[in-house]
Amino acid sequence: MIQGASVEWEVVIGLETHAQVVSNAKLFSGAATEFGAEPNSQVSFVDAAMPGMLPVINEVCVEQAVRTGLGLNAEINRHSVFDRKNYFYPDLPPNYQISQYKQPVVGEGKVIVDLEDGSVCEIGIERLHLEQDAGKSLHDQHPDATYVDLNRAGVALMEIVSKPDLRNAEQAGAYVRKLRAILRYLGTCDGNMEQGSMRCDVNVSVRKPGEPLGTRCEIKNVNSVRFIQQAIDYEAGRQVDILEEGGKIDQETRLFDSDRGVTRPMRSKEEAHDYRYFPEPDLLPLELSEDFIEAIRADLPELPDQKKVRFVDVLGLSDYDASVLVAEKEVADYFEKVAEGRDAKTAVNWVTGDLFGKLNDTGRDIADSPVSPADLGGLIDLIADGTLSGRLAKEVFEAMFESGRPPAEIVEERGLKQVSDSGEIEALIDTIIAGNADKVAEYKSGKDKLFGFFVGQVMKASQGKANPKVVNDILHEKLG
Amino acid sequence: MAELTHLTLAEARDGLRDGEFSATELTEAHNAAIEAARPLNAMVLETADLARDMAARSDQHIAKGEGGMLEGIPLAIKDLFCTEGVRTTAGSHILDNFVPPYESTVTAKLWQAGAVMLGKTNMDEFAMGSSNETSFFGPVENPWRKPGDNRSIVPGGSSGGSASIVAARAALAATGTDTGGSIRQPASFTGLVGLKPTYGRCSRWGIIAFASSLDQAGPLTRSVRDAAIMLSAMSGHDPKDSTSADLPVPDFEAALSGDIKGLRVGIPSEYRMEGLPEEIEAFWQQGVRWLEEAGAETREVTLPHTKYALPAYYIVAPAEASSNLARYDGVRYGLRVEGDDLIDMYERTRAEGFGAEVKRRVMIGTYVLSAGYYDAYYLQAQRVRTLIARDFLRAFEDVDVLLTPTAPSEAFAVGDKSDDLLAMYFNDVFTVPASMAGLPGVSVPAGLSKTGLPLGLQLIGKAFDEETILRTAAILEGAAAFDAQPEAWWETGQ
Repeated sequence: MIQGASVEWEVVIGLETHAQVVSNAKLFSGAATEFGAEPNSQVSFVDAAMPGMLPVINEVCVEQAVRTGLGLNAEINRHSVFDRKNYFYPDLPPNYQISQYKQPVVGEGKVIVDLEDGSVCEIGIERLHLEQDAGKSLHDQHPDATYVDLNRAGVALMEIVSKPDLRNAEQAGAYVRKLRAILRYLGTCDGNMEQGSMRCDVNVSVRKPGEPLGTRCEIKNVNSVRFIQQAIDYEAGRQVDILEEGGKIDQETRLFDSDRGVTRPMRSKEEAHDYRYFPEPDLLPLELSEDFIEAIRADLPELPDQKKVRFVDVLGLSDYDASVLVAEKEVADYFEKVAEGRDAKTAVNWVTGDLFGKLNDTGRDIADSPVSPADLGGLIDLIADGTLSGRLAKEVFEAMFESGRPPAEIVEERGLKQVSDSGEIEALIDTIIAGNADKVAEYKSGKDKLFGFFVGQVMKASQGKANPKVVNDILHEKLG
Repeated sequence: MAELTHLTLAEARDGLRDGEFSATELTEAHNAAIEAARPLNAMVLETADLARDMAARSDQHIAKGEGGMLEGIPLAIKDLFCTEGVRTTAGSHILDNFVPPYESTVTAKLWQAGAVMLGKTNMDEFAMGSSNETSFFGPVENPWRKPGDNRSIVPGGSSGGSASIVAARAALAATGTDTGGSIRQPASFTGLVGLKPTYGRCSRWGIIAFASSLDQAGPLTRSVRDAAIMLSAMSGHDPKDSTSADLPVPDFEAALSGDIKGLRVGIPSEYRMEGLPEEIEAFWQQGVRWLEEAGAETREVTLPHTKYALPAYYIVAPAEASSNLARYDGVRYGLRVEGDDLIDMYERTRAEGFGAEVKRRVMIGTYVLSAGYYDAYYLQAQRVRTLIARDFLRAFEDVDVLLTPTAPSEAFAVGDKSDDLLAMYFNDVFTVPASMAGLPGVSVPAGLSKTGLPLGLQLIGKAFDEETILRTAAILEGAAAFDAQPEAWWETGQ
């Protein structure tokens, strides 16, 4: 809701997300798809639209689309059709894009989105279809010529269209993050927004609550969660201002200027396209067998929502901890390796506490963590078996993070091993009792608080290595 | 060695095998004939040196007993087939400097079988035409003329160059493509056998697209047997063409059993159109009798939606063409005419690169796909197409093959119909329905018209049953005993 001058306005948002399919070859040709290759080094005759060339569907891309559809709890269409979307542009060599128009491969589905206040909301998926990406126009290579790199031309994209169920920037951000997590769990898109393998068109309209949908504007090609949120806030505000001044919204396509944080219309309206969609005659309709779909379903990995339930129900984690852990597949994987065969709550504390803290401080991703999950697990084991005290463990962790070395090595080298030998500790305690006869007398006369003093003295004498539990036990015995 | 050029492909094959002459001799005879036939303007590129090299290789293969099924057979290739390292233009200015770095599947199969390439044949621009007058390289002449009348006659189109050069005895056979009649109608106009296979029988990979859902490669030959041999070599599943059928290729020559006893032949009543010339009707009746005499049963069948086929075709084909031809934009290959900006460059390139007929069809196609017109035109035409296909399916419940005329007229003079679009489009009235249904059709010469020009009859078969139409065509061929040949006026420079 946006508070206007007199009334509140409801913001209505729908997202069209273009997600590049993880596959070795393009959607309709055998050319490679690797990011960052030399310009025009990954272009087949089909991609360059040479005369007489024909597209052939890459089955891997279809599998990925179906896998994604299943991950979005969506209907898989056994029969779907590829269409041509006709428009002229130099980075689109045939001057038509092969896409799916009226009969997409995936129909309606839903995504459960976790919000910051701990609540969840359900966002509908309208459809998912397969289409080709275009190439890239390079305007900065020559003062008066444009160059075209066709490496990306023909790479498979999934366009995932949400229903207009989103109501504010926070929800939109959470939706994109959740969608990205699902795709990454599925392995169908790497979700890399910086490299453009995931990007969004954002549809925004405003209305007074209860009224029909307002006229929407589409903000094209926004490539980060932060920009999506900024674009929504700006655009909704802009529309409210216009409406409150008695104006009306023109349905148009806009661009988000991330430098200035504003949206503005794309250049010209006379370039409004009539795409002349018609069924692609070079391809047969896509017919999927029940077996094909079921084989993919049987092979689905555990997805964030399922993982979260398991973390809570089986591992006994809090809702909050579970949500934090499953948000990124890498984090969940890391955590599970640490927690395997160990106390899950201890593991979650180390991962979300110490590890996240250090990663944050050093600006790193979990993928670049110097501490491997096996080593962090090893550290927890050293605490559990009494080798390290909690305090020593923190010290060892710091050293592990700095050096990347395993905990046992550090413990060994620095002689940090906890002393649990009762004879050794008893000797220390005897010395301290002997040297503090007055305090012993006070304690015995009822000043219980002095117990801590004795513990502190013993720990100090052992340079912190004495096992506190053993110290406690012996002290109680000796002091009566 | 003039006689070598008068052999059928089958006779030449047998002669090569038996060592009666060499592939080199055969090719040289054809190279010479092609040169002599230049007045026909049937070739847009002669590849005599390449042909010599290929023939020499064939002679080596034959000497080792390793020849393929077309070893040493000189062929002409329609300029719609991309040929690696050999300029391929589709008869268009927009591609007049285009040299493909790849070989079409069909021609690759021909070379694999040992065939020799004489050159590339003229054609209507992007295969759009029924008279071969829309080529950037000028009209092709039919080797046939009306006796006593030296006006130039069209060979039909769009495979006009292929038809003309085979009819002129300068190639043993040629490849053509047929979208709405572009093999069958020129065959009828030039006294040849022209076969359009079932859609999906031959790969479209490497053939420059006109209308993807209709285009199909096929042979133009001087006998039914030759057509069968060519089809065997050209056919087969191609994983690079998603619409190519994954079916075994029969030995089509073996299908020519000479026996059609009990064959059920349908005569579609709707093809008996008003204004059909009497002599074409007469040849049609004659064809019925020939088949009956060979033991076939004939009966009338009905194809109720026939009259909608041509209008629907002239929506579907231009629609696909408007999109298929969008790639000719001056950006990557072919003609580029520089302009003030990108749009200007596009416009100048396409304005100069495409001829009038291509522009007309691109505009029609763009129109029928436009928002607000799509349902009324394109969608409606696709519905009609479904009904036409259903008509055939129903008819084929009762009969094995259909007999019709190939074209509603004999060949006409150059320029006669170029101003009358509807008359021109009407040429395809008997060939388009089978195209719309994807069915195989073959045109066989039936005889000469009163004015001395060839006329053909068409047989339409069930999907992937080329064997039956070829077997039946061979019966018609035998009965018609068509042995007339055009006078070689081009050799005497008239």
